[in-house]
Amino acid sequence: MSQHRRRDPRVLKIIRNRLHPLHGQYVDSSTIKQFGPSGLLRKFPHRVGTIAANGRRRINRLGGHAPSFSMSQPLEALVNLPLHQVKQPEFYILVVLDCVAGRLTEHDKDCLGFAQMLANRKGQAGAVLAVIFGESKDTDLTLFGIDRLLHITDDAVQGYQPELCCEYLSQIIAQFNPKHIIFPDSIFAGADLGRRIAAKLALSVATSAWKLVEDELTCRASQGLSDIKSPLTDVILLLEQAYEPTSEYRYETLLLDIPKIAMYKSSLQDDGLVEVDPSQIPLAEAGFIIAGGNGITDWPLFHRTAELLGATKGASRVAVDDGFMARDRQVGATGTWVSAQVYIAVGISGAIQHLQGISRCEKVIAINIDDSCDMIKRADLSVIGDSQAILAELNQLCLQTKKVVDDVA
Amino acid sequence: MLPNKLNVTCLVSIGMHPLSRRARRAEQDARAVELGLNLAESSQHQLSVVHAGELTSEAEFALSSYLGMGLDELKVLSIPPQLDITSALTDYVRSIKSNLVIMGQQTEQGDSSAMLPYLLAQALSIPVVRGITEIIDIDNTRQHITLLQALPRGQRRQITGSLPMIICIDMAAKAPRQSAVGKALSGKITPVSVNLTGLDPVAVKPMLTATVRPKRLKLIKAKTAAERFKAATAKATNSGGKLVYDPQQGAQAIYDLLKQEKLL
Ligand SMILES: Cc1cc2nc3c(=O)[nH]c(=O)nc-3n(C[C@H](O)[C@H](O)[C@H](O)COP(=O)(O)OP(=O)(O)OC[C@H]3O[C@@H](n4cnc5c(N)ncnc54)[C@H](O)[C@@H]3O)c2cc1C
Repeated sequence: MSQHRRRDPRVLKIIRNRLHPLHGQYVDSSTIKQFGPSGLLRKFPHRVGTIAANGRRRINRLGGHAPSFSMSQPLEALVNLPLHQVKQPEFYILVVLDCVAGRLTEHDKDCLGFAQMLANRKGQAGAVLAVIFGESKDTDLTLFGIDRLLHITDDAVQGYQPELCCEYLSQIIAQFNPKHIIFPDSIFAGADLGRRIAAKLALSVATSAWKLVEDELTCRASQGLSDIKSPLTDVILLLEQAYEPTSEYRYETLLLDIPKIAMYKSSLQDDGLVEVDPSQIPLAEAGFIIAGGNGITDWPLFHRTAELLGATKGASRVAVDDGFMARDRQVGATGTWVSAQVYIAVGISGAIQHLQGISRCEKVIAINIDDSCDMIKRADLSVIGDSQAILAELNQLCLQTKKVVDDVA
Repeated sequence: MLPNKLNVTCLVSIGMHPLSRRARRAEQDARAVELGLNLAESSQHQLSVVHAGELTSEAEFALSSYLGMGLDELKVLSIPPQLDITSALTDYVRSIKSNLVIMGQQTEQGDSSAMLPYLLAQALSIPVVRGITEIIDIDNTRQHITLLQALPRGQRRQITGSLPMIICIDMAAKAPRQSAVGKALSGKITPVSVNLTGLDPVAVKPMLTATVRPKRLKLIKAKTAAERFKAATAKATNSGGKLVYDPQQGAQAIYDLLKQEKLL
C-alpha cells in the first residue's frame, strides 16, 4: 500500500456542504469563529492550517469548511546510500574490532571511520580489512566502513585467548601486509591485543592517539595531562571519539577466507568469569543498580530485594543524608556517575542532580507513587504505586522462581 | 634460594601527582609492590624491587616512598633518559632468574605507552597478562599461577598461566599500604651497574600540554529547513516509557525486563 495520504472526494464534498448530516463529523469546530465569555472573538493561531507531507504548514483560507488532515507518520526516509566499492585495493588498512558481546561498539565504529579516511585520503584507493574474533550479532555490517571482513569464529578464540588472537593476526598481517593496523585503545580487548602484536612483530606503535593532521598523530600521555606528536606508525591505538564513524556510503563487507593456524599451545588458560559479590562492585562500574530514595520506608525490604536480585545498591542524596545508606552509595552530581545497563530507581523523584548521575545508564526502571515526577519521564519502564508493595511483589516473584529452580535441582 | 620458593621481581616507576605534578610513588606500581610484599610475607617468596632510570633527587624521593612500605632494599639500574631501558631490564630480570615479574600497567608520566611489559615479555619469551587484581594461587610443583583479572563492569575473570610470567596490576587491586618515613629511612637504594654502551637510544619526544579534545557534536543531516529546525529544538522527551499501575503486573514487568537483559 502506498504511504501517501489520499484525499477522499466524498469527505471533501461533505465538508463543503454545511447542510450535510455528517458535516459535523469532519469539520474541526475549533477553526470556526468562537466568542469568549466577554464577547471577544477567540483566535487560535496555532491551530490554523495543517501540516503537509513535507513538514510545512499549509493554511487554507476556506475558513472552517476546509478538510483537516491529521499529521500522519512522517515518511520513513529510505536509507539508500551509494555503495563504495574497492575492486583492486592498492593497500589494506587493518582494523581489529572489539565487538563486545557480538556487537560493534561506538569505539569500533570510530576506528572504522578513521580507517576509511586513511584508506581514501590523497586520492588513494585502499581497502579497510576488519577482523572480528568470535560471534557477531550485528545484522547489517555494511554501514560502518568494512570493505573486507575476516570473521574468525574458531571455538578456540572464545573468551580470553590473546595469544591465539595474536597468532591469527600475525598470519593476517603476513598475508595482507597492511599499511596500518588500527585498534580501539579500549579495556575490552584492543588495548591489550594492539600492544601484544606491536611487541611481537616489533612494529612502531602510537598509543592513545586522538588526532591526525597530515601525517602527524597526536597522542595523549602522562595520565592525559600531556600530548605528544608522533609520525604515522604501523600500529595505531585510537582513543574513543577520535574520528567520526562513516555515514556517506554503504560498503561491500566481502567475507574473506580465514588463514589456517597450525597446532597452537597457549600458555594462558581462561577459567571463566568468577562470581562477584555485587555489593563489592564500585558503583561507577556496576552494571545493575537498584537505588533507593525518600520514597522508601521499609529499608530492610529494599536490602533484601537488592540481594535477591543480585544488584548493586545505590541511593539518592536524601537517603544518604537521612543516614539510610553510606555516602559512597550516593548517585548523582555530587555522588557517583553511574553507567549501569539497568538502573532501578525506587522512590526517587528524579531531581536534575540525580538525573545527571544516571545519564549514561541504558535502561531505567522507576518505581514511584507519583506518575508525574521527572524520573518517570526518563524511565523506560515505570511502575506506579507504593514502593513497599511493589518491592514485596518483586521479592516474592524472585523467591518463587528460586524455589522452582531449587525444587527442580 | 630454596627450590620451591619463587623469585619475585617488582618493577617500579616514578609516579606523578596529577595536580601538583610532584614525583610520588606510582599508584599501580605501589599496588604491585603490595602484592609482592604479601607474597613475601605469606609464603616467604623472595622479593626484589627494581627501578630503571636516572637517579635524580626527585626520583630518590619517590623511590623512598616505596621503601617506606617496608622494603629493605630497592635496586636502581641507573640509565639516562635518552637510552632505552628495555634491554637493560631484560638482562637484569634474566640474570636474577626471576619467575614472576609484577609491574603496573602504565606509567604516570612520560609517554605512558604501556608497551614495556609486552616488550619485556617478548624479549624474555614469557607470557604477559594485564589488568590483574589478585594472585589466587601459585602451584610451585607444576609451575602454574592462578590470577584474577579485572574486566569492565566490576566483573572478574580467572586465568591460569605457566611460570615464569609477567603480570601487570590494575587499579582495582588491593590498595597499597601506607608509606612510613621511618621505614623509608632504614631501607636503602642500591645502584646496579649497567653497561650503557649496549643500550639503544630513544628519541625523547617533547611533552606538550594536553589540548582540550573537541566534544562530539550531534551530526544533523537534515535536508529541509523544517527538519533542521525540528532537530535543533526537539527535546529528548519520554522515549516511549511504559507505565504500569498495578503492583503485581508492575513487578512482573520489571522481572521480565531483567530476564530479557539477562540479569537474573
Ligand atoms: C548542590 C546540590 C547537589 C546535589 N547532588 C545530588 C546528588 O548527587 N544526588 C542526589 O540524589 N541528589 C542530589 N541533590 C539533591 C536533589 O536535588 C534532590 O533533593 C534529591 O535527589 C531528592 O531525593 P529523592 O528523590 O530521594 O527524594 P524526594 O525528592 O523527596 O523524592 C521522593 C520520591 O519518592 C516518591 N514516593 C514517596 N512515597 C512513596 C512511596 N510510598 N512509594 C513510592 N514512591 C514514593 C515521591 O513521589 C517522590 O517522587 C543535590 C542537591 C543540591 C542542591
